[in-house]
Amino acid sequence: MIRPLSSKGKLVAKTGNEIAAEAMRQIEPDVVAAYPITPATEIVQIFSQFVADGIVKSKYIAVESEHSAMSATIAASAAGVRAMTGTSSQGLCFMWEMLYIASGLRLPIVMVAVNRAISAPINIHCDHSDTMGARDSGWIQIYSESVQEVYDNIIQAVRIAEQTKLPVLVTMDGFIISHCMELVEVYNDDAVKSFIGEYTPERYLLDIKNPYTLGSLDLQNYYFEHKYQIAKAMIDAQTTIVNIANEFTKCFGRSYNLYEKYMMDDADMAIVIIGSAAGTVKMAINELRSQNIKIGLIKIRVYRPFPKDNIAIDLANIKSIAVLDRSDSCSGAFSPIYSDIVSSLYSEGITTPKIISYVYGLGGREITIEHIKNIYKTLNQIMLGKDQKDCSIVHYINLRK
Amino acid sequence: MINLQTLSTLQERFTGGHRLCAGCGAAIVARQVLLAAGKKHVIVISATGCLEVSTTIFPYSAWKDSFFHSAFSNAAATCSGIEVAYKSLKEKGKLKEDIVFITFGGDGGTADIGLQALSGAMERGHKMLYICYNNEAYMNTGVQRSGMTPLGARTTTAPVGRIQQGKTESKKDLTQIMIAHNIPYVAQTYIGNWHDLITKVQKALSIYGPSFINILTPCRLGWGYPPEETINIGKLAVETCVWPAYEVENGIYKINIKPNPPKPIIEFLKCQDRFKHLLKPENSHIIDKIQQDIDHKWCILQKQEWLSSYPC
Repeated sequence: MIRPLSSKGKLVAKTGNEIAAEAMRQIEPDVVAAYPITPATEIVQIFSQFVADGIVKSKYIAVESEHSAMSATIAASAAGVRAMTGTSSQGLCFMWEMLYIASGLRLPIVMVAVNRAISAPINIHCDHSDTMGARDSGWIQIYSESVQEVYDNIIQAVRIAEQTKLPVLVTMDGFIISHCMELVEVYNDDAVKSFIGEYTPERYLLDIKNPYTLGSLDLQNYYFEHKYQIAKAMIDAQTTIVNIANEFTKCFGRSYNLYEKYMMDDADMAIVIIGSAAGTVKMAINELRSQNIKIGLIKIRVYRPFPKDNIAIDLANIKSIAVLDRSDSCSGAFSPIYSDIVSSLYSEGITTPKIISYVYGLGGREITIEHIKNIYKTLNQIMLGKDQKDCSIVHYINLRK
Repeated sequence: MINLQTLSTLQERFTGGHRLCAGCGAAIVARQVLLAAGKKHVIVISATGCLEVSTTIFPYSAWKDSFFHSAFSNAAATCSGIEVAYKSLKEKGKLKEDIVFITFGGDGGTADIGLQALSGAMERGHKMLYICYNNEAYMNTGVQRSGMTPLGARTTTAPVGRIQQGKTESKKDLTQIMIAHNIPYVAQTYIGNWHDLITKVQKALSIYGPSFINILTPCRLGWGYPPEETINIGKLAVETCVWPAYEVENGIYKINIKPNPPKPIIEFLKCQDRFKHLLKPENSHIIDKIQQDIDHKWCILQKQEWLSSYPC
């Protein structure tokens, strides 16, 4: 049960989409440009009602596509105002080229992405293929386990984006979070507005006394340096994100980090996961812990920048690790989170943990506590050296083959 | 009303030193459009294309006003975002100055890959002037056919070969597409008549709401003619009625120039390499078809002018 952690909040029941719109109401960005798509549609419906009722002073651009949504958001941000958008799945795919332009122009845009499978076959339910596909686009990516985390992450994202000059994508699992009602602590408007502060861009197009050209052709003698600046900003963003999380804790009570460790202190085995299924894993771990089984969880919150150094240290002494990806890279090799975990460990010289790759939940396929318990059994066998289950291939959970 | 004396006193806002070709029509468009803006504050938006890549090679810029480019298909959506940000800051009292927004796109960035974004922006009614510098093919990538390439023209993707004589389809009528959006001001103009071009830009900038000007912009490389002929070829387009100079203001048509009689289209075709193959006797039927199409459309346009001024 969530209890208010600060005197600045009240408890309400809201879905992920409702809380995203609520956070946007409090942030009150100058411009929102968005296009509806299941399961993110409610966010723009609710927000455009706020605009229609005069509850926010924001301008809402009802664009004709997601490509234009991101284009207009980029343009508004470049013009010198706070700009936000939201989308999902095919919509995010349609924005693809613009995602790289948002980060390339160092624009502090915040986008809410509701995770949904990618066509074909068309499917409106949750997996992480959409945002995982955007993982190298220069956007900071923050994943949310619950409605509360969606809310807290969006508020922090505004600060993170403006301080790092990188766009930030906050995700929630389609339907599982976007449409499920939870008890959530909503902070009062003044506290949120005070936390995010006024936006004061350094250089912007509408500053007509200082005209400048943005979006130049950048050839062999400059492009590489400009791209390196983004890579560098992404590395530096880790410290900024932690600092802002600490400030958030001081203001509102809840603590956040780049990733969450659950029962990891004495763990022999670990599961690494991202998004709402972390809750299911925690339930399974609680049951296993009651049988004195030493298993823990690492739930990644900030996937980009990837917290590789700390994660490597925290996994160094684990004997067997299962990495659960909710997307399949279809690469003939491994999926995104597994690849990041393995390279993080190996680059630190840590080669002892046995690591097994699982793909689960594509297109909304359910994952249950029983599935997690089965993973534990495999982890245990691997740890004891009894079952040499093949760690060189991807394993699929709850799939008919 | 603009005159040369006034124009000569205005500061150039699109400067020399850019990398566009000698004789490039797009450079003339950019220069004249910005001169037409007079002393107004302007923000320029551009689609990817010749004009953009040749004028903004980092760290240089030919633009004295703020200039923004992000991608190919989205110039109108991009202008939407800036215009709405402007309105937001104005309403909040954070910005005092009045600014006008001018968007440039080639025919590809406007009428093919950019048509959806343009249509959306026009329908939403943003206050912007959208200029299509229409050189009738994808020139920046090396002269490929566009939806605006005319029948019979040779391009690198509508080549002349053993069984094909250039583009086999007619072009779409972008100006009529924009008129169908019921925006306050739509016009066609051309290189070779600075007065017509500047007057139309000034009219467009004085209107509250979206406006669109389609400018036939000869490309010496893609059309195949000596660079000093750009102005003459622009004029020939209007004199042959292949490109009528007209405007539609709040639904009322006005044909600005009525050649009497129009010159035969062969006069326009024969001075450009892209049509050279049509001059062979076996291709005379293509020229006949082009002439018939021009005559038909010219006739329709005159009827539209008459009809739109007729009281309901």
